[in-house]
Amino acid sequence: MTDGTRPRGAERRLRAPRINPVWILLAVLIAAIIYMNTGFVEPTGYMNFLKRAAPLAILAAGQVYVITSGGFDLSVGSLITLVVVGSSMLTNNDPAATLWVIPLMLGLGLVVGFVNGLVVCFLRVPSLIATLGMMITLNGLAFLWSGGAPRGYLPDTYRFFGRELIRDVPLVGFIPVSVIVMAVVIGAYGWLMHRANLGRQVHAIGDNPVAAHLAGVPVARVRITAFVLSGLSGAVAGILLGGFAGVSTDVGAGYELQAITAAVLGGAQLLGGRGSVPAAFGGALALTAIFTLLNFLGLPQPVRQVVQGLILIAAVALAMHRRRQTGT
Amino acid sequence: MSVSGDPAPRRPAFRFERWAPLILLGGAFAIYVVVAFATGQAQYLTFENLIAILGRSIALGITAIGQTFVILVASIDLSVASLISATAVLASVIMDGEPGMILPAVLAALALGGVVGLVNGLVVSGLKVNPLIATLGMSLIIQGCLSAFVSNFAGAVPAEFQVFAYGQLGPFPFALLFLLALAVLAWAVLRFTKFGSDMYAVGGSEEAARFAGIKAGRVLVLSHVICSVCAAIAGLYLASRLRSGAPWIGSDGVYDLESIAVVVIGGTVLAGGRGGIWGTMAGMLIFSLIDSVFNIAGVDSFAKQVLRGVIIVAAVAFYAIRSKRIVA
Amino acid sequence: MKRLLATTGALALSALPLSAQNFDDPEEFARQQEQLQAEPEGPEGQPWLQHIGGEMVETADLGIEAPATVCFSNAGVNNPWRVVGFTNMNQELANHDSIGEFIHVDAEGSDDKQIADIDDLLAGGECDVMIVSPNTTAALTPAVERACEAMPVIVFDRGVNTDCPVTFVHPVGGYGFGIQGAEFIAENVEEGSDVLMLRILPGVDVLETRYSAGRRILEEAGMNIVGAEFTDGDNAQTKSIVEDYLQRGNIDAVWMDAGATAVAAIEAFEDSGYDIPVFVGEDQQDFLRKWQDEGMTAIAPTYPTYQWRTAIIAAARVIEGEPLPGPEWVLPQPAITQENLAEYVNPAMPPLHYAMCGCDEMENYPEAWGGN
Repeated sequence: MTDGTRPRGAERRLRAPRINPVWILLAVLIAAIIYMNTGFVEPTGYMNFLKRAAPLAILAAGQVYVITSGGFDLSVGSLITLVVVGSSMLTNNDPAATLWVIPLMLGLGLVVGFVNGLVVCFLRVPSLIATLGMMITLNGLAFLWSGGAPRGYLPDTYRFFGRELIRDVPLVGFIPVSVIVMAVVIGAYGWLMHRANLGRQVHAIGDNPVAAHLAGVPVARVRITAFVLSGLSGAVAGILLGGFAGVSTDVGAGYELQAITAAVLGGAQLLGGRGSVPAAFGGALALTAIFTLLNFLGLPQPVRQVVQGLILIAAVALAMHRRRQTGT
Repeated sequence: MSVSGDPAPRRPAFRFERWAPLILLGGAFAIYVVVAFATGQAQYLTFENLIAILGRSIALGITAIGQTFVILVASIDLSVASLISATAVLASVIMDGEPGMILPAVLAALALGGVVGLVNGLVVSGLKVNPLIATLGMSLIIQGCLSAFVSNFAGAVPAEFQVFAYGQLGPFPFALLFLLALAVLAWAVLRFTKFGSDMYAVGGSEEAARFAGIKAGRVLVLSHVICSVCAAIAGLYLASRLRSGAPWIGSDGVYDLESIAVVVIGGTVLAGGRGGIWGTMAGMLIFSLIDSVFNIAGVDSFAKQVLRGVIIVAAVAFYAIRSKRIVA
Repeated sequence: MKRLLATTGALALSALPLSAQNFDDPEEFARQQEQLQAEPEGPEGQPWLQHIGGEMVETADLGIEAPATVCFSNAGVNNPWRVVGFTNMNQELANHDSIGEFIHVDAEGSDDKQIADIDDLLAGGECDVMIVSPNTTAALTPAVERACEAMPVIVFDRGVNTDCPVTFVHPVGGYGFGIQGAEFIAENVEEGSDVLMLRILPGVDVLETRYSAGRRILEEAGMNIVGAEFTDGDNAQTKSIVEDYLQRGNIDAVWMDAGATAVAAIEAFEDSGYDIPVFVGEDQQDFLRKWQDEGMTAIAPTYPTYQWRTAIIAAARVIEGEPLPGPEWVLPQPAITQENLAEYVNPAMPPLHYAMCGCDEMENYPEAWGGN
């Protein structure tokens, strides 16, 4: 469904010529939140907000690689669950275990992404199905490993990243550690996407894999890298969520669709060729802001779902409309 | 969902794909027989039991027939699960135990399905919203509206309507015969009507189909309507089977993702244009057989999930690995 | 699109339940309130063998020969409560020589699948007695009726809308759970205090009754209910909701309809720098430990997992032709309080273990339940 009329110049897009509507949406939402609850301008208000958005923002940054390269990654939600359950099994309240469990979990994310990439590239299974299968498998593994319920507590050293604050920071008072993690990940992913060769290649294979292949882009390697980056983001998000909220059995449920939604709100084009890490970050913040706002409004859950659905369709319809009007 | 630059499907690959669902089905059946003998439970091989297996996944089968139509035109429908819940509740509330209200209830459910399909189709073809997002949004909207009204089983289905799910014609359950009839009808539509051949054309390449004078938009919309009407029928069947409708029956059955999995396991390509109804029926039987094998062998429910995920990917790889196309 | 928005908005705002079941039944409320106070019959200290009131049913005429095959259609093991319960069940099997084979099928939380499972079990023709833990009450009724025609059936946890099973094993119930927690709050904070109510999901019968009973008592005690929020049973969401409430106002007590996310709610107070208020949790180890460590004012009503043992015991009695409480076997439903907290806290058990399992004297305790 990629239309061949679009100019191929990936460089043009990298310059981000005009303001992305997601930032306007975000500004409006934040203004509404402040109107509803002036406490939001206090550090506790906006830092809590950022802390809450961190796992989703990180996931969206990873997801945007896969989407831009033309695929989907539905496995990140289950990966989060597996990371939290697995960490609780392995650390079992031993503060020293954090040292090796966290690298191990990052490795797990890497492996999951790698396997996703291999299945898509070499078994030629469409990513929707490949990562759907991975989602079911990982969920089963998490249960199988723990026998149905996590067996250990997460030590405070592990929970440091998701739960602790760095106090006495000038200007803002305090910064949650997870916000720092988020800034680092978004920075690194953004640099890779928009300043490094990888980003150009990811855009190229998403735009037209055959042409990219002919132009000498190592399609399989780039695609696998995209899945690995997404898997890694899932592991980081899992570590933050486990830290924030402790052990439970279904931590990650639903995050895969939220991550895709966030990336799409940020203007990423499904089936490839277009996507930006900062905009996906904006999308994640906007989505979190929508949830926060609906919470403040005291709307019941059903209304939240309806609003979420409408915004999702409207955002994409609008983006398609703009794209056709501007002819890009 | 195709990538531009696909080589046209070649003859030999086409032949293989045609027989592959049968090969997979044969394999699944062989495993079933072997497991039944190996565990010393040959009584599971009776005619009655095989009928019971066929009847295991009627709702999934009906939904998957509809899903086949949208996937054939390179679209997808994630809203079927919520629609199933919505139509089941609607029908059961309208009937409310009154045999006289069966007809209005059935018509209302089918009409709701038609409207939802129409909106899905128009959003996808008219607003050019990616079908994944459009139907995901639709799913949230339906679920939201539904949960605003009901939070538990609502209404009641009169005994006369329970015949749909529980009636028998000789040794055959009505519902099974109905499914068979629906499959034959769907096959006839695809095989013998202009609409059917148009669908394959649009799914193969929307642009080429348009050049050939096919009204691609209309074909897409009609496919979505058929898909949603099938989901509505599945909702009616579940209402009859459960004697009432509840807002969670669709999502609990995971009919959205499972119907997609059934369709692709049956050899219909996510990129559209290739596949058919009998493959989908084979896919449904494979799912039922796997379920029964797990039950006979007493597989732990967590291991079940792991195996199911692996089986879905492996089955799709079985077709896809031979193709030379680049997938995403 | 605009019209769609307007219609859905209007639909959502006029949210009137079309045919709401009665989850606020004063008669049932009073009955359960009474049962909480009643002295159970049966061996002391073994609540899974006890019963509150009710009659006995004879099973000698059912004519089943030991050892018999018991089939179990399970709604699912999709949450820690069911995991603990299913372990209880498996361990209890070892105590009964009269049960030869035990066949377990798992519906993974789907009504449709559980109906198919029961039909499969019936078609397989191997079962002598069937135990059913229904996924939902209404949907499973026809399948259970069919099973009743073929063999004795025992139902537990959720019931079915038919009295054909030999017995229906369950603890006092949802109203009882709601009453215990809310009465504790009413006794421990002053009138007019701010109470936050946290719930998992709407629509689930056993949870709705907990809520209606809790709300009734809190309102009667003149509490100010600042909100009743759904958490989806998700820790992160629970923590966020409580943080938001703390930003906007005061909370003197938290009532929960299930304790799975209680620790996350407590942490929201800690992390925001507030004292932990009066809390209603459940009998999960992580909550009990937190309660003990922080010296909280709390109570843990329970929905005891030992009922899973009772289901097996009932099946064994049917096979042996012994009488058993029926057609309803109402089990006691004790709450964990400050007085007996120490008996239930066990750091060797996993965080999501339910302490009121009646399992600590069983042979493979604690390893089989994941303890060390």
